[in-house]
Amino acid sequence: MNSWKYPAFWIALVLLLIGGFLPWVTGSRTTRETMFLILLSVALASSLNILLGYAGYVSFGHIVFFGLGGYVGIYLISRLGWPLSLATVAGGLMAALLALLLGLAILRLRGAYFALATIGVNEAVRTFINNFQPFGGPIGMELDFSVYQQYGGAANMQWLTYWAVFLLTVAVVIFSYGLKFSRFGLGLMAIREDEDAAMVMGVRTPSAKTIAYVLSAIVPGMLGVLFFFRNSSVEPHEAFRLHRSIEMIVMVMLGGQGTVLGPLFGAAAYESIRSYLLTSPLFKDLQLAIAGLLLLLIVLFVPSGVVGWLRSRFRKLWRVLE
Amino acid sequence: MSLQQYVENQPLLQVQNVSKRFGGLLAVAEVSFDLPQGQILGLIGPNGAGKTTLFNVITGVYTPTEGHVLFRGVDVSGWPPYNVVRLGLARTHQIVRPLNDLTVLENVMAGACYGYAQLPLREAREVALEVMEFLGLADRRDMLAGSLNVAQKKRLELARALASRPRLLLLDEVLAGLNPTEIAEMVEVVHKIREQGVTIFIIEHVMHALMNVSDRVIVLDYGRLIAEGTPDEIANNPQVIEAYLGDPKLAEKLLSGEEEDV
Repeated sequence: MNSWKYPAFWIALVLLLIGGFLPWVTGSRTTRETMFLILLSVALASSLNILLGYAGYVSFGHIVFFGLGGYVGIYLISRLGWPLSLATVAGGLMAALLALLLGLAILRLRGAYFALATIGVNEAVRTFINNFQPFGGPIGMELDFSVYQQYGGAANMQWLTYWAVFLLTVAVVIFSYGLKFSRFGLGLMAIREDEDAAMVMGVRTPSAKTIAYVLSAIVPGMLGVLFFFRNSSVEPHEAFRLHRSIEMIVMVMLGGQGTVLGPLFGAAAYESIRSYLLTSPLFKDLQLAIAGLLLLLIVLFVPSGVVGWLRSRFRKLWRVLE
Repeated sequence: MSLQQYVENQPLLQVQNVSKRFGGLLAVAEVSFDLPQGQILGLIGPNGAGKTTLFNVITGVYTPTEGHVLFRGVDVSGWPPYNVVRLGLARTHQIVRPLNDLTVLENVMAGACYGYAQLPLREAREVALEVMEFLGLADRRDMLAGSLNVAQKKRLELARALASRPRLLLLDEVLAGLNPTEIAEMVEVVHKIREQGVTIFIIEHVMHALMNVSDRVIVLDYGRLIAEGTPDEIANNPQVIEAYLGDPKLAEKLLSGEEEDV
């Protein structure tokens, strides 16, 4: 399908490019750190959207792939001396492998049961790593700062990881756009709408769901490597924060699940609100309460998210806001 | 006789001694029949007779408790639906199951992409448009399937099934809930589909229409096959009249199309 004709594709790409190059234009480190977090969230939300928005399966433990990727990456870099690029790929592959094994096991569950199982998975992996000595157990692992020398020092490394995250974000948005208009994407959406009907229409639902799960896990795994490399340390509590999973869901739902632009807007908006709340003295402990409230309001009043609402409110925008 | 000829001479669908039990309920009991290539076979029976259950067993939604289903000579009993469908089967549902948040075109394309035809997206789109034209859905292509009315949703079900270019089409009450004009149109459509060489197995409560389209009719009652024959034979079969219609005079009225709602 030639997605080039569709405006949503260009809107997404232009917004990403403007946002991505903003820190480079201004040269401001603060802008870069803000944009880093926004891009990270956009990429995480867009990845989750492949499973949540296209296939209709809610994963409450999606951050497990981010955390696992981070662990694998830091281990390979600090203990085995791998370069960042290879470690990033390895982090993505490990996340994909975990998703594949999990998918075969728990994707036969539907609805709330699948969602519950994903929470269990996140907690199980966290507990396992907490007790896994090669990964440093409860203390985690730290990177020696000398590692950054290979990448032109700490300051340069921060730009490098920024651009890497930017590239991944662009890639995942383009990919999710292509997927949406592909034959496989149509099969996933058939599953979302009515899984039993999809089976009778000939969609091989078990493999389609598993592939969707794997696709939604790869980029979070890679992002985990980049994030924790930049962070210079990784520990179980940081890597597998359940509430990060819930925030990912809020971002997707806020923007509009199943659309390409939805997770992009949702993540950017949520991340902006969050950084405001975190820095404001009045609200700094209420950030999660507000995320919860937001989720509640979305589910009650705009279940299809901002983009979904705009699409159904203004029918002319239906083809514009995919 | 070559293997290919042998396969072609086999009935398209063979149901052999099939039973389906749900706990203590025997929904389908030792049912056997053949459906030769090119026929329209009607399936009737009172509510709860096991008609839809039989469809579900044939399509692989349920595994038969006993017996075998052979489609194109292959024993498909116990196969998941998506594998049975790929041998050339398609069905519609009694209670329509449109993919609500997708457009009409996307719904029909999904049928063409994933059913027997297994088409790539671009060709699926062409086939979908063709089928929608045939069924009078062409001007609704960009509407969301969820916003169609009942008659249109029934057509959509049929379009989705047809777009997969099936060898065997199972129709589960496609006429229910339609008004007389719509029924007449749908009957016309069923005839046209058969002319394209598709074999049809149809469940229907609208008697005069079913008797009109079927070459042969089988009757289920409490899960058992109680009669099999031409529409005329079935209409005059005392056992059928008694079991299914209760009152022989009611049968005559139904066949003349006077009392649709019974």
